Amino acid sequence: MLVFAVVSLSGCVEQKKVLTISTTTSLYDTGLLEEVIASEFKKYSGIDVRFIAKGTGAAIQDAMRGAADVIFVHAPERELEFMKAGYGVNRKVIAYNFFVIVGPPSDPAGIKGLSPIEAMKKIAKLGREGEIVWVSRGDMSGTNVKEIQLWKLAGFDYDKLKNEGWMHLTGSGMGKTLLYASNINAYTLSDTGTYLKYKKLIKLEELVSKGEELINIYSFIVVKNSKNFDAAMIVLRWLVSEDGQNLIAQFGKDEFGKSLFNPISKVDEKTREWIVKYGFFEDDGVKTECPKKFRLAANGLEFSEVKIQ
Amino acid sequence: MILETATRTLELLTNPAVLDITLRSIRVSGVATILALVVGLPIAAALALLNFKGKEIIKSIFNALLGIPTVVLGLVLYILIAPNGVLGYLGLLYTELGISVGQMLLILPIIVSFVVNSIERVEREIRDLAYTLGATEFQTSLALLKEAYSGVVLATIAAFNRAIAELGIALMIGGNVFVSGGRYNTRVLTTAMQMYVARGEIEVAIALGIILIAIVFSISLLSNSLQRCYGLDKT
Repeated sequence: MLVFAVVSLSGCVEQKKVLTISTTTSLYDTGLLEEVIASEFKKYSGIDVRFIAKGTGAAIQDAMRGAADVIFVHAPERELEFMKAGYGVNRKVIAYNFFVIVGPPSDPAGIKGLSPIEAMKKIAKLGREGEIVWVSRGDMSGTNVKEIQLWKLAGFDYDKLKNEGWMHLTGSGMGKTLLYASNINAYTLSDTGTYLKYKKLIKLEELVSKGEELINIYSFIVVKNSKNFDAAMIVLRWLVSEDGQNLIAQFGKDEFGKSLFNPISKVDEKTREWIVKYGFFEDDGVKTECPKKFRLAANGLEFSEVKIQ
Repeated sequence: MILETATRTLELLTNPAVLDITLRSIRVSGVATILALVVGLPIAAALALLNFKGKEIIKSIFNALLGIPTVVLGLVLYILIAPNGVLGYLGLLYTELGISVGQMLLILPIIVSFVVNSIERVEREIRDLAYTLGATEFQTSLALLKEAYSGVVLATIAAFNRAIAELGIALMIGGNVFVSGGRYNTRVLTTAMQMYVARGEIEVAIALGIILIAIVFSISLLSNSLQRCYGLDKT
């Protein structure tokens, strides 16, 4: 108790002004946030930002406990739940890329070039025959949520599949999951950024990378009751501005020859349709990145809306 | 391979970011150890020297807490000190001080149990001798603590080494925050290691591991030689 008394005193002395952003490991582990965004935003606004890398599920937990001012995540369904529960407002899509289905170069399931759904069907079939192994994150991260969605689209119930012996659950981050899958010559779903970072360490190949279902959408949601709401809005406005979007577009070009994340401002027509389909929510006859009732003090900030045909 | 790792470690040592992380590790766990001593020594002295009801139960609780898993402690603290938690007003989550307080709770049982043991070991002989020489109760207690000094030193080192090497609390309470030149960084050696492993940069993780082991070993060696110099290793 004495210690807590001392600690509370010192806590009062150093009243801090720092914006806390809880985010997913797939964004964080590429280095984009801490190496580029944090320092450039500090230069622009003078505001300190700290990023906590946790995975989408845990980032949402952080926000619910008041530990985060913003979440920067990639699981649209869970984001909507989060906003519906009254915790988040002003959701903006910031960037996107694609998930990839990776597997051993010999591709025993023969999925190379198939559509994502056909590939998942084939993997389940051969998995049940004991020919191949699929590795799942199993941690309710954005990638795991996407995987569950893909199984659903292919006609399978993930909760049942995960008890079948051919599906291995790692419960760890993407990097460790890729290493594990590589060691046992298995297939898995990965985000592009982590896969590119790990490419030289693993012997897995990108087998299916085309298809609208694989779209990976990163959104920014401001925590409604945050004490740093204004600062959170400043960083949001900056990220969707030309400066912020250019930084995202440039990141990774030197190291990997292509950018790891595509800024939303430069999206082409076709991809935009996919983002609307998989990352927007219905609201009063339109599909929008942020339904009207979840917009708060966002003057001048434009939220994308598309009429439902 | 070994040579490469060694050169890489040396290279990394001169890297300001690595130096910053290393110094933070030492600082965070140093503060934790000092806090644990401030709280733990009076508790240990009371448990060893006073007679009161429930004393044995308290002692066994501290003994049991010696093996508390750091992830459990980290999780409980995370729930308590998150801003909406019971102790949220302290503002400790994702701060250096938060990690120190968590590690303090982790190593408090080490300090208490080790010190109680070493006092009890020297108690009987000293107490009788001190009484025969006409010492008061208080003077006797002081003499006992002095004789138990080497036990305190050992406890301090064991506690510091446990603190600096743990991951669960540093990760859950600290959050591994690092921004170049940032004022709110909480990345320490262990959290940096797990991150570099997750990022596939194993070499860096190995180098950081070597730094961590070097710190732990040097402190143990230093204390050994100090004890020898001052002849404090009698007990």
